[in-house]
Amino acid sequence: MTPTRKRRLIGVLVIIIGVGAASVVAMKALNENMLYFWSPSDVKEQSVPAGKRIRLGGLVAGGSVSRAPDSLEVSFIVTDGAASIETRFDGILPDLFREGQGVIAIGEFSREGYFQAAEVLAKHDENYMPPEVADALEKAGHTESGQ
Amino acid sequence: MNPIMLFIHKTGSPPWFYQKTGYLIPWLWAIFLVLTAIGLYLGFVKAPVDYQQGTTVRIMYLHVPSAWMSMMIYGFMAIMGFIALVWRIRMLEVLVISSAPVGAAFTMIALLTGSMWGRPMWGTFWVWDARLTSELVLLFLYFGVIALYNAYDEPRKAARAASLLSIVGAFNLPIIYFSVEWWNTLHQGSSFGGDGPGIHPEMLWPLLIMATAVKFFYGANLLTRARLTLLKQDHRKRWVQDLVSEEH
Repeated sequence: MTPTRKRRLIGVLVIIIGVGAASVVAMKALNENMLYFWSPSDVKEQSVPAGKRIRLGGLVAGGSVSRAPDSLEVSFIVTDGAASIETRFDGILPDLFREGQGVIAIGEFSREGYFQAAEVLAKHDENYMPPEVADALEKAGHTESGQ
Repeated sequence: MNPIMLFIHKTGSPPWFYQKTGYLIPWLWAIFLVLTAIGLYLGFVKAPVDYQQGTTVRIMYLHVPSAWMSMMIYGFMAIMGFIALVWRIRMLEVLVISSAPVGAAFTMIALLTGSMWGRPMWGTFWVWDARLTSELVLLFLYFGVIALYNAYDEPRKAARAASLLSIVGAFNLPIIYFSVEWWNTLHQGSSFGGDGPGIHPEMLWPLLIMATAVKFFYGANLLTRARLTLLKQDHRKRWVQDLVSEEH
């Protein structure tokens, strides 16, 4: 390798290492802010004050969904297995919303202690299959819950 | 001269590159068209619907191959840019700059199809989670490479600046790829290598065929662009003049 090429190679490598180190440091610093949502356990640990807008993510607990008969109001429990949070929402839910599904609720805690969502998003998992296969899996005892 | 250097010198010669790729390009287009026809038929007609998403799952056959291409092309640009910077191989500089518009197009397709899927499935067109945001940053990096190249009058200097940005921007690639593992995101994780059922084979095949098809599209499109760039840059040179007089 000629000296000129060696010099260029070292120059480029120095830039790569510099930028690499800088991006690792930036990622570490941003780590908390890069989290798109908080799990119910995070919320319980950190005791989020009422009125602070957060994104709460977890599974809709089985059997916890109850709808008001005369309005769009719905209440359900968001859980991550370790902690559970009662959530209320008044609006149109996404197609994928169901019990056992992963959801992200955007809103704030009320003074009474429940989570008032202004928006609910459904989280899809990385499994794709035809309905027959999903049924067969469920019969075989696998859970098909999202997250 | 060892065979590797000989190959590099040969392909590095614009007239040689121009002539040989001229034979190759029609084949690449043909394979792309055949594979796309098969992939679209299998994906949009034959493949079963998803147990949760219904027919919306078919967006995957466009979204996932485009998203893969958006990252792969940038990775290529970074590698070629690195070699071009150190060894000053002009042909690679041309390939870096000719890749950028194709990569930007795939990034845009990935973002658009993703938000078309997101609206019915998630309930929103867009969220600022780590995966979506880093993919948007990738689009801006492509724009940056194109803009930087066009900011210089001298093409060799322009290509070196663009190559350097390609290398620096490549740090975004692992961030995009691992974003769904490192942070909580709305975007689902990778379907490959997990412990869940992943993608059912009847859905996986059309996906893989489409993913292969777009690689041929990239090849054909890249080489066509590279040939045009060469003609533009060398329009006063002997080989281009000869080529033009042959045609007349």
